[in-house]
Amino acid sequence: MSKQEALFEYCLRLGDNSLILGHRLSEWCGHGPILEEDLALANIALDLVGQARTLLSYAAKVEGKGRDEDALAYFRDDKEFRNALLVEQENGDFAVTIARQLYYTIYAQLLLTELQHSKDETLSGMAAKSLKETNYHLRHCSEWTIRLGDGTEESKRRMQDAVDSLWMYSEDLFATTAGDELLVKEGIAVDARTLKPKWQAKLKEILEQATLTTPASTFMMSGSREGHHTEHLSYLLGEMQYVQRLHPGMEW
Amino acid sequence: MSNDNQGPLWEVFVQAKTGTPHKHCGSVHAPDKEMALQNARDVYTRRNEGTSIWVIPAAAITASSPEDLGAFFEPANDKIYRHPTFYTIPEGVKYI
Repeated sequence: MSKQEALFEYCLRLGDNSLILGHRLSEWCGHGPILEEDLALANIALDLVGQARTLLSYAAKVEGKGRDEDALAYFRDDKEFRNALLVEQENGDFAVTIARQLYYTIYAQLLLTELQHSKDETLSGMAAKSLKETNYHLRHCSEWTIRLGDGTEESKRRMQDAVDSLWMYSEDLFATTAGDELLVKEGIAVDARTLKPKWQAKLKEILEQATLTTPASTFMMSGSREGHHTEHLSYLLGEMQYVQRLHPGMEW
Repeated sequence: MSNDNQGPLWEVFVQAKTGTPHKHCGSVHAPDKEMALQNARDVYTRRNEGTSIWVIPAAAITASSPEDLGAFFEPANDKIYRHPTFYTIPEGVKYI
């Protein structure tokens, strides 16, 4: 794998994470538990879609085959998506959405903090800008985790169930490929494996504050880096890509 | 959202620029002050409108009632000497 191919894959990974999670959060629009939260989730969704645009545009440029951000977002099939399994999981109840957000955002914050020092100027610039947004996202989901975990009997049960049910997708966030290793050596990419201990420590800190138990199960799903996804991604893409597939290139 | 279980109401004050007063801009629901601050940020400042936010429990505000209108404000109307309208302001004075 050439450096160019590796960088294309890496940008897809980062961009797809933002795009798919952003789309998932946008599904809450109009369905939030209260007006204020409806706005908060849609707001975070917009931040993520903004990050996805930067990353997918850059991926398309690196690839150099005449594709653009829209071609990458709307005209790839599920096996060509490189997002982590975690972010494609369904919204579930509000606790599941918050747990998914917590797992991802701790990871994103650690990743972006390091990526600010990337030798690739587009990536370092994107990271510095996105980190500010991500710091706020983490504040949002950790405050909710603490309130739901340390709330009523029902909110605690639901929050613990949510944390437990998504646990098996957490390892996949840190999956690395041979291409990544190439980029890490060049000082372009972040070695995701080095983020894992910090991720575990931060998660434990928040869950303890929320009086929740950190899951201990060892069974982990993986495969997103090779394009092996859970069934939920295809349904999400079906909805997200429908209009562009029906009327290619349509604008409004 | 049929029954109002959205939590207590908070009044939101946003400061547009450093040094200017915080102005009331609306209210939000939130279970506690931290969440009230976040909700206020999301509802009122997501288009870069502010530099600082205050949230205050709506219950902590003591307000005059419409019945007080006469007693509170009317007596001012017929005492024109309370208004500084009899002074000539020198030319060139801008901020008065």
